[in-house]
Amino acid sequence: MSDTDKAGAPRTDPIQSGTFTRPINAEIRRAAATGIYDIRGGGAKRKVPHFDDLLFLGASMSRYPLEGYREKCDTDVTLGTRYAKNPIRLDIPVTIAGMSFGALSGPAKEALGRGATLAGTSTTTGDGGMTPEELGHSDKLVYQYLPSRYGMNPRDLRRADAIEIVVGQGAKPGGGGMLLGQKISDRVAGMRNLPAGIDQRSACRHPDWTGPDDLEIKILELREITGWQVPIYVKIGGARPYFDTTLAVKAGADVVVLDGMQGGTAASQDVFIEHVGQPTLACIHGAVQALRDLGMHREVQLIVSGGIRTGADVAKAMALGADAVAIGTAALIALGDNDPKWEADYQALGTTAGAYDDWHEGRDPAGITTQDPALMARLDPVEGGRRLNNYLRVLTLEAQTIARACGKSHLHNLEPEDLCALTIEAAAMARVPLSGTDWIPGQTL
Amino acid sequence: MQVIDLATMPLRDMNATLQAQGAETNQRAWEIANPRGAHAIAVGLDAPIAVRVAGSTGYYCAGMNQQAEITVTGSAGPGVAENMMSGKVVIEGDASQYAGATGHGGLLVIRGNAASRCGISMKGIDIVVEGNVGHMSAFMAQSGRLVVCGDAGDALGDSLYEARLYVRGSVRSLGADCIEKEMRAEHLAELEELLSAAGSDAVAGDFRRYGSARQLYHFNIDNAY
Ligand SMILES: Cc1cc2nc3c(=O)[nH]c(=O)nc-3n(C[C@H](O)[C@H](O)[C@H](O)COP(=O)(O)O)c2cc1C
Repeated sequence: MSDTDKAGAPRTDPIQSGTFTRPINAEIRRAAATGIYDIRGGGAKRKVPHFDDLLFLGASMSRYPLEGYREKCDTDVTLGTRYAKNPIRLDIPVTIAGMSFGALSGPAKEALGRGATLAGTSTTTGDGGMTPEELGHSDKLVYQYLPSRYGMNPRDLRRADAIEIVVGQGAKPGGGGMLLGQKISDRVAGMRNLPAGIDQRSACRHPDWTGPDDLEIKILELREITGWQVPIYVKIGGARPYFDTTLAVKAGADVVVLDGMQGGTAASQDVFIEHVGQPTLACIHGAVQALRDLGMHREVQLIVSGGIRTGADVAKAMALGADAVAIGTAALIALGDNDPKWEADYQALGTTAGAYDDWHEGRDPAGITTQDPALMARLDPVEGGRRLNNYLRVLTLEAQTIARACGKSHLHNLEPEDLCALTIEAAAMARVPLSGTDWIPGQTL
Repeated sequence: MQVIDLATMPLRDMNATLQAQGAETNQRAWEIANPRGAHAIAVGLDAPIAVRVAGSTGYYCAGMNQQAEITVTGSAGPGVAENMMSGKVVIEGDASQYAGATGHGGLLVIRGNAASRCGISMKGIDIVVEGNVGHMSAFMAQSGRLVVCGDAGDALGDSLYEARLYVRGSVRSLGADCIEKEMRAEHLAELEELLSAAGSDAVAGDFRRYGSARQLYHFNIDNAY
């Protein structure tokens, strides 16, 4: 196309709409053709204020650093000190989040267990129940208690090291789960007491309690069944973190797991993932404030998840008041999810490495989010476990590097005072001052 | 008969005592006196013992029961016998909401009425209610049988999977994907068996059968509302 029209006048550039963008238009066409909303895996893909918008200040005249490789900077964390006879002690404050067997393959669950165990941390079951793969390879295993109660039984409940009652998930606070028929192999179906091959829904609400007063009694029941031995976590999506945390603590939680909107899911409606829930960064302050107001900060531990990728993210979440973090997506990437080495396969599926999110279809080239035996065989659980362990070690070393630079001998000593924000939004959400100022939006100077 | 008086023994000790009974125990008959509506009575049991709760219970009585035969002489609060795996639970009075929720096995008998969501998300348990059941009973019920000798409330069997429902009285309305089905010989036979196991003198031939139309089994445009 020439720069001028027939009369020789300059043309305007073709301008793509900032409102009707290419992806939006493609989605309109897809919706028009199919009549059904888009389902996918992963977390929110849009850019929201995140840990990248925070910086550590480091040491200076008034703070002295610890020697990089020599001076002690501890990383251990104990979870469940409030009521449990046997709290969980982890070497590192990075845990593996609950991901369902069904969404993930058996070897993937095994790899997560192996990696976490090598690194001295815990893994978590997920919707669909406990598998021998994860039980056999996880030194510390957290058993999720979900609305679907697929596979729920007292034997597994009693052999878990902790119980996590799932109220919500950051990717979809208020939403249930779905696992489409392609992934319902005989084994998955059997564990869930459902026919093979059907699309199945996981309820969004627990079948036998509603509201915090009931939850308190439910927690009592679970403790009575497990003899008050193991910690009980309550997992909430990033919706109303101050109130949700307050109510979880009131109901008797030992640990609150707070999952922000970037948190991954195995399969949800895209509209849900992108438009419901608050960014992880915006949720932490409210939860920590709730714990402080109750005099329960550090008494009831807080695990934060949703978009944790680096040691810097770990350190920032902890500086804002978390006791530990959990990772889902990053752990899958460490195992090989979305690896460019499968690019040809991703192309064949109409996508590209890094963007692949049709985990619900069960055709994962990396063999992780699938029940297809041929694809599953692509993931070696021993090698996967080794990679995950390496990655967890790097996260820990990075967080320690930052903590030492801030003069802290334990990751838990990091504090908001060590941070500043790059943007006004992040300053307002995380309640740390805007870089170069002592201004926290919303607080009077 | 061993008697545990909840007026003097803490709940924790009561459950621990019952949970400590193994397959070989020779203390097979227990009575819980003064339950006074306490929550989580006789939960997590796993032995062939008989427990008689003399009075009414709060939430989650007999939760996750295995093997034990538990009788409540009064009424039971919400979630009685939730997630039961095996054994038998009998409520001589009425049961509140979510009775037998997510149960995987065993038999739950309610001599009176059951409130809403009886048998919600059931996964293999059998439930026999001699009276009526409230709305949304057998919601998302996956497998097992629910027998209602009286009437059923609104939206019976909504989003039902493979559980089989038998109702003798009226059904206020059927939930999404729940339909009446033909009562064949094998259904009459299994119903007779259930009624007799529950000690009910109802006649199988008086019941109608309901089950899943299996129209929601695949996620498509017509099912997404
Ligand atoms: C494949 C996959 C499956 C998941 N399954 C579950 C589940 O069964 N139960 C649950 O509570 N959360 C589930 N989640 C959410 C994670 O527990 C966690 O909240 C989330 O992944 C954390 O965010 P991140 O992925 O950004 O690390 C799943 C996440 C993924 C990626």
